[in-house]
Amino acid sequence: MASLKQLSSKKELLTGGHRLCAGCGASIIVRQVLLAADTPVVIAASTGCLEVATTIFPYTAWRCSFIHCAFENAASTLSGVETAYRALKKKGETDQDMRFIAFSGDGGTYDIGIQALSGACERGHRMLYVCYDNQAYMNTGIQRSSATPLGAATTTSPAGKVLPGKTQNRKDLTEIIAAHHIPYVAQASPSRWNDLVSKAQRALQAEGPSFMNVLSPCPRGWRHPPNESIKIAQLAVDTCIWPLYEVAEDKWRLTYRPKQKPPVEEWLKTQGRFAHLFKGNNQQVIEQLQAEVDRRWEELLEKTS
Amino acid sequence: MGNLISMEGNQAAAEAMRQINPDAMAAYPITPQTEVVQTFAQFVADGRVDTEFVTVESEHSAMSACVAAAASGTRVMTATSANGMALMWEILYIAASTRLPIVMALVNRALSANINIHCDHSDSMGARDTGWIQLFCENGQEAYDSLIQAVRIAEHPQVRLPVMVCYDGFIISHAVECLELLKDNEVQKFIGEFKSVNSLLDISHPYTFGPLDLYDFYFEHKRQQIEAYGPAKQTVIEVGKQFGSLSGREYGLFEAYHLQDARLAIVLMGSAAGTAKEAVDRLRANGLPIGVLKLRAFRPFPSEELTQLLSRFEAVAVLDRAVSFGAAAGPLFTEISSALFASNHRPLLLNYIYGLGGRDIDIEDIQEVGKKLQKTAESGKVEQPFDYIGVRK
Amino acid sequence: MKITPETGWKELPQGGVIPEAGNAEQYITGSWRTFRPIRDEEKCTNCLLCWIHCPDSSIIVEDAKVVGIDYDHCKGCGICAEICPPKIKAITMVAEKRD
Repeated sequence: MASLKQLSSKKELLTGGHRLCAGCGASIIVRQVLLAADTPVVIAASTGCLEVATTIFPYTAWRCSFIHCAFENAASTLSGVETAYRALKKKGETDQDMRFIAFSGDGGTYDIGIQALSGACERGHRMLYVCYDNQAYMNTGIQRSSATPLGAATTTSPAGKVLPGKTQNRKDLTEIIAAHHIPYVAQASPSRWNDLVSKAQRALQAEGPSFMNVLSPCPRGWRHPPNESIKIAQLAVDTCIWPLYEVAEDKWRLTYRPKQKPPVEEWLKTQGRFAHLFKGNNQQVIEQLQAEVDRRWEELLEKTS
Repeated sequence: MGNLISMEGNQAAAEAMRQINPDAMAAYPITPQTEVVQTFAQFVADGRVDTEFVTVESEHSAMSACVAAAASGTRVMTATSANGMALMWEILYIAASTRLPIVMALVNRALSANINIHCDHSDSMGARDTGWIQLFCENGQEAYDSLIQAVRIAEHPQVRLPVMVCYDGFIISHAVECLELLKDNEVQKFIGEFKSVNSLLDISHPYTFGPLDLYDFYFEHKRQQIEAYGPAKQTVIEVGKQFGSLSGREYGLFEAYHLQDARLAIVLMGSAAGTAKEAVDRLRANGLPIGVLKLRAFRPFPSEELTQLLSRFEAVAVLDRAVSFGAAAGPLFTEISSALFASNHRPLLLNYIYGLGGRDIDIEDIQEVGKKLQKTAESGKVEQPFDYIGVRK
Repeated sequence: MKITPETGWKELPQGGVIPEAGNAEQYITGSWRTFRPIRDEEKCTNCLLCWIHCPDSSIIVEDAKVVGIDYDHCKGCGICAEICPPKIKAITMVAEKRD
């Protein structure tokens, strides 16, 4: 594992001057992932905050080749780039070692883009797909997604007189992708940069598709001060809301075990989107969420033991 | 004379693709296009092409992969039909607006609902505003020839637009015809080496494709794209001529059949043009001064050329194999009448909708149209501007 | 080529691409800031945690040492001040003054 001092000597591929919100997790994740690359890369992004904010014509924050096509097709778009690369390599028109990385939000990954992602994984393109999971459709104004946790208030799952925010649990996308039995799958957080960068390195070394699901704090959507993004991401890891693990060649491994496992309440308290859970009769939603987090954590412990 | 062989339209299309030998192909099977994909897959399996074949999980992904592979500096092809192209819709626009020279075989089929696997042109017509060049074919030979020409048209530096070669589902795709094929090296020589522009894989010149484009630049980008369809029209003509020198089969924006001395004309596209030619032969034998205008290039639409050609006619019938729901007439008619409006001399116009969902149109049906045209011309007025052929009352 | 708000359609690159990689650097987001991170060089141990967690690539590092903050692009989120180890606290957030 490279040290921060070593990493800091690398040329960064994402510039400042992009228009993501102050304290956004997405660009932190992009920077950490790209520091893991030792070859030239081509980036594909799906429609979403990252794509919109980094490529407003005539400005681009990308120093490397970049393509955005549409919302639901980052995986199939990157399939096309990787296919072209193989075609040119076969013809002897390039001998450049390259890697292909997709960045997409939870909307473009868990929901509208899951088909294209599943297809690309099954076909075996050598590419890394990174989901920056901010747990809702933030780009269009905080609508719920299948990554939104139980009880979170979004603009399409608002807390009201009869409903306590989102009434369903979140989908476990990392496990869905692991079920494709591709060479490398991991869950990471920008608050554990060394864990994230090592995972990105392993993902880029994999001789086939790799997938990383990375928790991406969103000050606007989660309702927290922008300076707390990293702290809140780490609290999600410690409460086991967002466990850090990898599935390398079908071997499940926990990459971080919290010393203490604080109650989920500690994480919920940090964000305005859960404020209603601490009022009225909503305590039971917190209990439900705790039970679900515990159950999934126990399952994960079994898989990784 | 080239190599004469009997084969189905879909096989002919697949054969053209084999000879073109694109760098990449991403496609998803759908009736009646399925055979194109299957045949091509066999070429891949037998090592008869160098193509990287991507067996995507949907047409949406097919077109997305084609867009990206084309943006990565490779020659790319695909094929689809009807609902498959409907699923590509969003990406069709992106392919054209990003100026990517993708070539697609579109085997024309009716759109759902209800689901129907047979021919009409509703798939093509729905995509007429996406920015793709659309060439319609009368038979398997034309589908084969046009696919080869499409590569040259799409990749012309002043064009750089995707091309769909449209041929009728089952009527052409599954009919066995005797075709004349070019030799592999003739095709390769004709299409030439692919020249990459702004490739994603050119790491010394990193480009950003598909950025957010707001009110300050989007309009200029569209204005620039509009300008490409003029050169596209010229290129369809030039490439068609050059293909003629190579094969003896010259192509243009349209084919005029017995129009020289005619005062009545039938305008239509696709396989029914063959039926119309036979009907016209019979009508002419009875002394009717009638001809056929078979339109090949629906996009770019040859407005000036058609106005010049048709304005001297007394009466013209436009046959549409698609509906534009809620519009006053079929999509081809709307284009033709709009083009003719610019002329001081306008023929009387009739519009017929025919052949939806694979309904047959026969020689007698078209002979009837010819007779109605004659009546219209004689009376000097249009009694029924819009009608149907072959639908039960 | 330089694309400006005056650039006409004939001059724009074909296909809507942006040919100038990384030119977002020319776009100033520093004006978004309401709080400015001020780094105390004496306290800083160059652990680089601020650098690896900065969303705006605005911690300037040379030879593995922090040499400054890119105020043209820093949006003042304050992650750097928050992530700086408690015993060091080399960065403080100070309210921006507008003239």
